Amino acid sequence: MTFDPHQLRDDFPILRRTVASGQPLAYLDNAASTQRPQVVIDAMSDCYQNYYANVHRGIHTLSEESTAAYEAARVTTQHFLNARSSREIVFTAGTTAGINTVARSWGHANVGRGDVILVTIAEHHANIVPWHQLAEAVGCRVEFLPINQSGTIDDSVVAQALKTHRPKLFAFTATSNVLGTNFPAQSWTEMAHRSGAAVLVDAAQAAPHEVIDVQQWDADFVVFSGHKVCGPTGIGVLYAKLEHLEAMPAFLGGGGMIQTVTTEGFTATEPPEKFEAGTPPIAEAIGLAEALRYLQRVGLDNIRQHENALCQRADQALRQIEGVDVLGPMPDLKGGIVSFTMDRIHAHDIAQWLDTRGVAVRAGHHCAMPLHDVLGKTASARASFYLYNTVEEVDRFIEAVQEVRKKFASKGRRRRRPPVTNA
Amino acid sequence: MANEQDIYEEHVLDHYEDPFHRGPLDDATHADEGKNPLCGDVIQIALKLDDEGRIREAWFEGEGCVISQASASMLIEKVEGKTVDEVKDFSAEEMLELFGPKLTPNRQKCCLLSWRVLQSALHSPIDGEADADADAAGGSPRFGGPSLSEES
Repeated sequence: MTFDPHQLRDDFPILRRTVASGQPLAYLDNAASTQRPQVVIDAMSDCYQNYYANVHRGIHTLSEESTAAYEAARVTTQHFLNARSSREIVFTAGTTAGINTVARSWGHANVGRGDVILVTIAEHHANIVPWHQLAEAVGCRVEFLPINQSGTIDDSVVAQALKTHRPKLFAFTATSNVLGTNFPAQSWTEMAHRSGAAVLVDAAQAAPHEVIDVQQWDADFVVFSGHKVCGPTGIGVLYAKLEHLEAMPAFLGGGGMIQTVTTEGFTATEPPEKFEAGTPPIAEAIGLAEALRYLQRVGLDNIRQHENALCQRADQALRQIEGVDVLGPMPDLKGGIVSFTMDRIHAHDIAQWLDTRGVAVRAGHHCAMPLHDVLGKTASARASFYLYNTVEEVDRFIEAVQEVRKKFASKGRRRRRPPVTNA
Repeated sequence: MANEQDIYEEHVLDHYEDPFHRGPLDDATHADEGKNPLCGDVIQIALKLDDEGRIREAWFEGEGCVISQASASMLIEKVEGKTVDEVKDFSAEEMLELFGPKLTPNRQKCCLLSWRVLQSALHSPIDGEADADADAAGGSPRFGGPSLSEES
């Protein structure tokens, strides 16, 4: 199959629409959330129209069919990540829920007073706050790896921090949602394991864009979200090595995660159900599996190559605009994300003006306040690319940024003076 | 839906580039600061109230997007000389009208930041505790807009 973004766009009905200004949509906010192809929408509709019922509970036709589809989705996800067993795949509400599950369950059981959780300064709040909460609960500390001038982290800095802090857990993102920096999941995991730390990889920004092999990474925990891989909202994946899932206490209590309940107490069932209390996101799991199959048909290597080309084009053009400061490393070291600021122009004004041109970008701190603090920025604008974006859209984006420069430049404007009143 | 280009009409950009009373007020009697966590906008407002409860002087300082800063300038220009009661009666809707161009709910937060800070500044004398009125109102004024929570 040859890769043609123009052809792929036909798979995504939403891309045909215009925005409030009447301009055609150029959706460059994919790091926040992606759009869905028709096959995903259809798979979820098919579930609701033809065989939806609760899973693992009813002894009737619909429940059997739903359960089979839900468990098939787990196997699809297992293959997507190359996990050893589908029992290592826990469906969660998203990346945030996945990390919180690890913090509340594994964290409370394995981390104590004085222990260290090591993270990078480039983490999303979802990979910081659960560790702050763990610290409040058990008295551990959270230590941050700094980034260097070029927006990356040298292996020597990681090695030194592992040696100094001897962390219980090293939790890091495979791709920064602001800088776009790719961190080496496999080699950092190996380094962490050598120093006795467990590893959690936040793959929210990696899973949409690259082939992930959890056995090769060898991380203890890997998390990602459905809505960033062309799948539904409200579902995510927590991969964990089976020995961890077996040892970890159940986190949420309720239906689905129990073997027996008495007036005295309960016994939990086996993983992965042990971590799926309550009715799970059934149609969402089915939609997610369809999305993963779609990405595999298109080819994750093709997607990555295409995004890198768009990223490079945008990055180079932005650096030539006066007053623009591109955050993070050069394109060869990052995924399809370009964040930038403009001298004396607030990121929200950039994003608002771009919207008049149909270009959707993100503006703000992107849930990464500590990173913006060290960068000395209160906010930045971010363009993030995906398989359906085109060179033409990148050019529209650049043209609109050039307009921003002209629109908001100081022109010696004078406010109209109020009429003088005789007080 | 308003044409977004109109948000940046010349009147707004004029206030952004040439604001009214932007700077410190040395002999302020009331002052407060507020932030919009969504975008990092910050506004500080300092007031000099006379014995009759009239705003003799009003100044603002801050950092942020065009809308937050231009709207602060418009508001400060508007309220100087008004009584405390008149300012308390000045509603969020009136603030959005004063700004002019129609704003989406997310950008209304930017526009209402200075209005929110002004209302709380009235209850924040520089030497002393917040007055009983402010405590009874739950500390800060309410308006019908979206919550000012962190972005997701």
